[in-house]
Amino acid sequence: MNIIVCVKQVPDAKDVRLDPKTNTMAREGVESIMNPFDRHAVEEAVRLKEQHGGTVTVISMGPPQAEAVLRDAVACGADEAVLVSDRAFAGADTWATTYTLGKAINKTGSYDLILCGKQAIDGDTAQVGPGLAKRLNIPYVSYVRKITGFENNVLTLHRLMDDGYDEIELPLPGLLTVVKEINVPRVPSLKGKMKAKSLSIKTLNAADIDANPDSIGLPGSTTQVVKVFAPEFKGERAMLEGTVDEQVEQLVNKLQPYL
Amino acid sequence: MDYFLTEEQQMIVDISRQITDEKIIPQRAELDEKEEFATEILKDIAQADLFGLYIPEEYGGFGGSCFEVVLALEQFGRGCVAVATSFAASALGAYPILLSGSEEMKQKYMPDVASGKKRAAFALTEANAGSDASGIQTTAVLDGDEWVLNGTKQWITNAGEAQIYSVVAITDKSKGARGASMFVVEDTDPGFSFGPKEKKMGIRASATCELIFKDCRIPKDRLIGRQGLGFITVMKTLDLSRPGIAILGVGLGQAALDEAVTYAKQRVQFGKPIISFQAIQHMLADMAIEVEASRALVYAAAKHIAAHPKDMSKASSMCKVFATDMAMKVTTDAVQVLGGYGYMREYPVEKMMRDAKILQIYEGTNQIQRNVVGQELNKEYTK
Repeated sequence: MNIIVCVKQVPDAKDVRLDPKTNTMAREGVESIMNPFDRHAVEEAVRLKEQHGGTVTVISMGPPQAEAVLRDAVACGADEAVLVSDRAFAGADTWATTYTLGKAINKTGSYDLILCGKQAIDGDTAQVGPGLAKRLNIPYVSYVRKITGFENNVLTLHRLMDDGYDEIELPLPGLLTVVKEINVPRVPSLKGKMKAKSLSIKTLNAADIDANPDSIGLPGSTTQVVKVFAPEFKGERAMLEGTVDEQVEQLVNKLQPYL
Repeated sequence: MDYFLTEEQQMIVDISRQITDEKIIPQRAELDEKEEFATEILKDIAQADLFGLYIPEEYGGFGGSCFEVVLALEQFGRGCVAVATSFAASALGAYPILLSGSEEMKQKYMPDVASGKKRAAFALTEANAGSDASGIQTTAVLDGDEWVLNGTKQWITNAGEAQIYSVVAITDKSKGARGASMFVVEDTDPGFSFGPKEKKMGIRASATCELIFKDCRIPKDRLIGRQGLGFITVMKTLDLSRPGIAILGVGLGQAALDEAVTYAKQRVQFGKPIISFQAIQHMLADMAIEVEASRALVYAAAKHIAAHPKDMSKASSMCKVFATDMAMKVTTDAVQVLGGYGYMREYPVEKMMRDAKILQIYEGTNQIQRNVVGQELNKEYTK
């Protein structure tokens, strides 16, 4: 099973400070780490490789210093690393990021599975995994807390929900985003660290991935941040009954007022 | 202080630190309370390739020296001396094979020890033989193609948790210490069993039991080296391993210092944090000075030992005494700085103080170490 894991370098949550003037995160002088959820994605990929064979390639879009998290992933068992880096990528929102990562992954070669952390702890959008699946036109399952089996090229999974979990089958190629409950990430090994130190990391820029300049970085980004807040969880729910057609009709009726 | 480690040595420190912070520290209180062996943590250490630091590359190890082991043990000791002891005891059990074993024996046992798939243990002490190795009563008699072992070993670290045991037994009673030999006994050998787990003051998460040999028959080729070489192998093994115990004192002392300073900055009495009082400041200063002096001595001793395999004893004993006496004092002072809170099991320093005591006792009491230093001085000045 050939697996690609998307990882992101983020500021260490232990020393996050806000810039008092702009109210945005002060990134200068703050230590960077691999996004904690991505550590779980790397671990799950390495475990799948240990069980089923294949290779694990880690990929990150970011500035040259993001190489550090790629080397961390290699130290923990990944085989290859790709850095997608270009000044033109700067300022990308999740729309432009999924475009860029999608283009880069198409250049990287064939894959059976793509793994992402459920979200990054700096932006907290949880959009890149699902967005990337759409760009690549493959199925995805988010919030995966357990992989229970792999047979005939189909993964069986548990997706974490607020009130339990769903059991899902995902035919490959596909994409998963994982939650921290999925595993306990290993500590890097000495041999892994030595390999990571000497591994040459493949770097792809905007030209290498044939990116449309209007679709990347700030020009390719459509997001405007109006307000940052934690959404309130409202516990309302309704179970729909009847035939599938009846249920769909009821659902449409319920959604209609919000359109 | 910067000790100018190489890049590889720094990697060993970083990995060991991560294991200590992420795996050992969060679990140490529970493991201590339940007196539970840290099987899962040792698996993590194995997976990180640290069991083979001192084992040559041809047997699947990293090819380092006792200095690399010291670097890992310093971190583990900072987390929990019991877990660190379980790790260190495997090296103690493997050294006799590495030092005196045949090529075939090394090929057979070392790769599994290096990968952490199997653990080793070292069995010297008996009810009437500890500091005085000549009191050993366990015997090994050759019967055809097999050695037959009889006797009981006491307080053996990793007993029941190890698969490979380096055991000292008398093969010729008339020759005293020169009549001792070492053997490899495997956990599955017939006639070999374990006593009940000992209840200890500290390092409760480490396994300590008796080894019982009742007509235990092992193949002839399990003799480590030659007959009568046992005592020399024991001495060399302990010379190599003692810096590992010394550095546990350094790691433990550092942990106690960290707790004491952190607490002294937070604890307010008479309207001020207690670190602002000179009485406390001087205690903390002395603790810091002694920890750093011990670290410098242990690092220097370990490097000396790695470079001078024929001149190990004095450096080895000196650093063991100094750093472990320091650990007892510094952990006691840390409890004092934390006062009533320090005495409570809710805080980690009382465990540190309990754990410190064993460092002055095992792998040769600090009194025996002073004997060694004294004897070496006597030799040096007679030349």
